[in-house]
Amino acid sequence: MRVLLRNPRREVEVAGPLQVTSLLDRLELQRESHLVICDGTLVPVDSQLPDDCVVEIRPVISGG
Amino acid sequence: MKCRVCRGPAVIDLPRHNANFCSDHFLQFCRRQVERAISDFDMFAPGDRVLVAVSGGKDSLALWDLLIQLGYQADGLYIGLGIGDYSDESCGYAQRFADERNLQLRVVSLRDEYGFDVPTASVASRRVPCSACGLTKRHLFDAAALEGGYDAVATGHNLDDEAAVLFGNTLRWEIDYLARQSPVLPARSGFPKKAKPLVRLSERETAAWCVVRNIDYLVEECPMAAGNRHLGYKEALNRIEERSPGTKASFYLNFLEHMAPLLAGQAKQESGALSVCSSCGSPTTGEVCAFCRLVSVSAAHEAVPVELLGRRSRGGAR
Repeated sequence: MRVLLRNPRREVEVAGPLQVTSLLDRLELQRESHLVICDGTLVPVDSQLPDDCVVEIRPVISGG
Repeated sequence: MKCRVCRGPAVIDLPRHNANFCSDHFLQFCRRQVERAISDFDMFAPGDRVLVAVSGGKDSLALWDLLIQLGYQADGLYIGLGIGDYSDESCGYAQRFADERNLQLRVVSLRDEYGFDVPTASVASRRVPCSACGLTKRHLFDAAALEGGYDAVATGHNLDDEAAVLFGNTLRWEIDYLARQSPVLPARSGFPKKAKPLVRLSERETAAWCVVRNIDYLVEECPMAAGNRHLGYKEALNRIEERSPGTKASFYLNFLEHMAPLLAGQAKQESGALSVCSSCGSPTTGEVCAFCRLVSVSAAHEAVPVELLGRRSRGGAR
């Protein structure tokens, strides 16, 4: 699957299928600090991400 | 995962509430949290005119959207801080949000109207950028609210923001700051009422509100804020939150319930009565207010590009 990351914006390829929580662990990202959006839809941590999907991992922490 | 309310497919898990929600019931959950904050802390009365401090980010746009949904007459004020492409982009998000919903947004450009920007103010006044930015925004939002006859200014500070501020002040036992930390500040002479209706929602929840509501916002972080202490506190609290869901909410909301009353009256009183700034007429303890002093020193300074400020900061850290 294609995974879009932010701050800085970049893309990585990750083999699927994979559960959201496993993807976050693999990328060493905090669940509390990110949303996971699969093919444009918000998904919870137990969702299974198919290998052919596009995933955006959106950071939610701002420093202002 | 299934929605706690309707058992339909969930779109979000909220460990601190031991709950998962579908889109509709997540939106309902957020509205109720904001309604409760407004009610518990006596932020607004029905039909109040509210000026929303809009940045183009998730919190301010979610706040504006929620206040409109809850029936308030909410207008927006965006301040162009002159932080390079970041400011240009953020203004675009704020303007599109307002245009698409036929809402009133006033845009103020620091460079055009006051002759300076935040990077230049930071260098000219030797303040950290977030300090120059905060001083500027507070002054301009206060002035606009009073001038426009609004009942209150609403800002998008969320649970994570407030918990991080509380964490930092507790680590240093800043009693004066702790005594002043409140989700609502009443109006007083020369200052409008200020409220933070999102204090019961986490940053993850305000971002999710925007995703579910198809609100396009600026995801990228302000280049001036990168690496600041506030972000470090948030990261630390989120590590604790992952191991012990609900900690952030307990820390902040229990402080408000149990500790803030004990600290009431501990805040340092401003020395002497407030006078009127000889330049702009705002309340001040001196002859000229801090914002007018910032304008004076910054407008006279050569413009500092945001990229140069970044290089200076990095250079100074070595």
